[in-house]
Amino acid sequence: MSQAKHIDFDRRNRDWYVDKVVQFIVFFGGISAIVFIIGIFVFITKEGLGFIFDTMDPAEFFGSPYWEPSDEDAPEYGILALIAGTASVTGLALVVAIPFSLGSAIFIGEFATGKFREFLKILVELLAAIPSVVWGFIGLTIMNPIIIDVFDVPVGLTVLNAGIILGLMTAPIMTSIAEDALKAVPDRYREAAEAMGATRWQVIFKVVLPAAKNGLLGAVLLGVGRGFGETMAVLLATGHSVNIPTSVFDSVRALTATIAAELGETAVGSDHYQALFTIGIFLFVITFIINLTADLVVRGVRNG
Amino acid sequence: MFQETALNVRDKKVQGLFRLIFLMMTLLLIIPVLTILGLLIYKGGGVLSWDFLFTGPTDGMTAGGVFPALLGTVWLVSVALVISVPIGIAAAIYLSEYAADNWFTRIINLAIINLAGVPSIVHALFGVGAFVVFFGFGTSILAASLTLAIMTLPVVIVSTRESLQAVPQAFREACWSMGATRWQTIRRVVLPNSVSGILTGVILEVSRTTGETAPIMFTGAVFFTPFLPQSVFDQTMAMSLHLFVVATQVPGVPEELPFGVALVLIGMVLVMNSVSIAFRVYLRGRKKW
Repeated sequence: MSQAKHIDFDRRNRDWYVDKVVQFIVFFGGISAIVFIIGIFVFITKEGLGFIFDTMDPAEFFGSPYWEPSDEDAPEYGILALIAGTASVTGLALVVAIPFSLGSAIFIGEFATGKFREFLKILVELLAAIPSVVWGFIGLTIMNPIIIDVFDVPVGLTVLNAGIILGLMTAPIMTSIAEDALKAVPDRYREAAEAMGATRWQVIFKVVLPAAKNGLLGAVLLGVGRGFGETMAVLLATGHSVNIPTSVFDSVRALTATIAAELGETAVGSDHYQALFTIGIFLFVITFIINLTADLVVRGVRNG
Repeated sequence: MFQETALNVRDKKVQGLFRLIFLMMTLLLIIPVLTILGLLIYKGGGVLSWDFLFTGPTDGMTAGGVFPALLGTVWLVSVALVISVPIGIAAAIYLSEYAADNWFTRIINLAIINLAGVPSIVHALFGVGAFVVFFGFGTSILAASLTLAIMTLPVVIVSTRESLQAVPQAFREACWSMGATRWQTIRRVVLPNSVSGILTGVILEVSRTTGETAPIMFTGAVFFTPFLPQSVFDQTMAMSLHLFVVATQVPGVPEELPFGVALVLIGMVLVMNSVSIAFRVYLRGRKKW
């Protein structure tokens, strides 16, 4: 009678435990993004909360065009003009950026080939890397005199200047994302259309663009988010005067730029300081909604 | 023989026309920017010299070089990297190798997208509220670098995850079938095959971090300090903020000085991006699978 041989199925040796520990550690890396995004919301809300509950009159905050936080007798915290400033500059930037970036994406993705295509892609990537403070500096020193000369206006730091700068800034990013969206359209779609006798431009307009619609919309939305949240370029190129613009030759001030220009002068915990954090909460919520929408739109392509 | 019909000829013309239109749009996007860069070089090229890089500003910042700002940027970027690279790589390993495709992973992805999308000035507010005030680091390199690290974390996560996922699944399966654990597979097979891709992403992050201005303005970078930073608890000057300062805040700066500062900053960023791109092209050329 031989004894039944005992087989050890328990694989919990040292390597097994190491694996578990590593899994635990990288899990913390994985949730770090969630921790940080919640942390950002908690900390800016914590600093802005006092203002929201004690000082803020929502009708004044969102409805008044007067931003005079340093008036000692009757400080006024109205961000309407700042919203108008941000919206006008972002809007003009999109008018500049959308046609050019979609056009470039179509050219790079569908027409250009070989070395020339690689060259264009690398160029676009490098353009996207130029820091925003450099763009602002370009607006201040190069665009400003050009606008004064060309349009014969007294001031060149205007919606027009900041809109063009922001447009040039966001266009490379939108181009890359839009080109990715075009690349995501399966080649068999193009081949099927070509087999039916369609020319290249028919393939692009009738097949590729409709199929990439959501991805392109996502690219535009991310461009909106970028423009909306841009700080240094807008601070330098808008002229930074509180104003509801009536033409592109008006100077404006943006929400982001206001925080950047004033945070350094305020005392921690003062009404003004808390009001700037409240603007931050507003910016956070808006960009969160834009990014969420962009994500849902792009995801729509993959599922549908 | 295939005979071209009138319709074919017209179609070809239309196609040629569209090609031309889109080429023009691409060039209209690129040429103005290249012209502007050319102007920067034309106006600022004259002040560039080794002295400009390696001496400090003098005469109330209206003369001299950029050395303290250059050194400060190196400090800020290095400390930010030390913080964000390990976290980012861990996050990417989790997402690529461990995470299941479920609602929780979707939330993580959403958080990463939002972390990348939050305006830089909001990151600055967070840095002030959390690191400067709440944790009591004051305006210091540590506070500024933590802010920068969190802001650029998505760059590391996304690029690392991409290079991990570029490693064919068959490599992992072969390793698992030999009885290796997940970590052994990652350590011996996945990471060695993606390390250069990860490095490319890190260089890209360095470039992003170098150019950021808003997040460091209130957390650790100052307009001017006569001292070079000695530890992470010191304040420092930084290249990006220095450009803002000499362009707007200092009276009587000679016209070409800010152009020189802008050129140095743009040069640093573009060189690092080019290195990252060259590296990527080189890797694609010698990929084994």
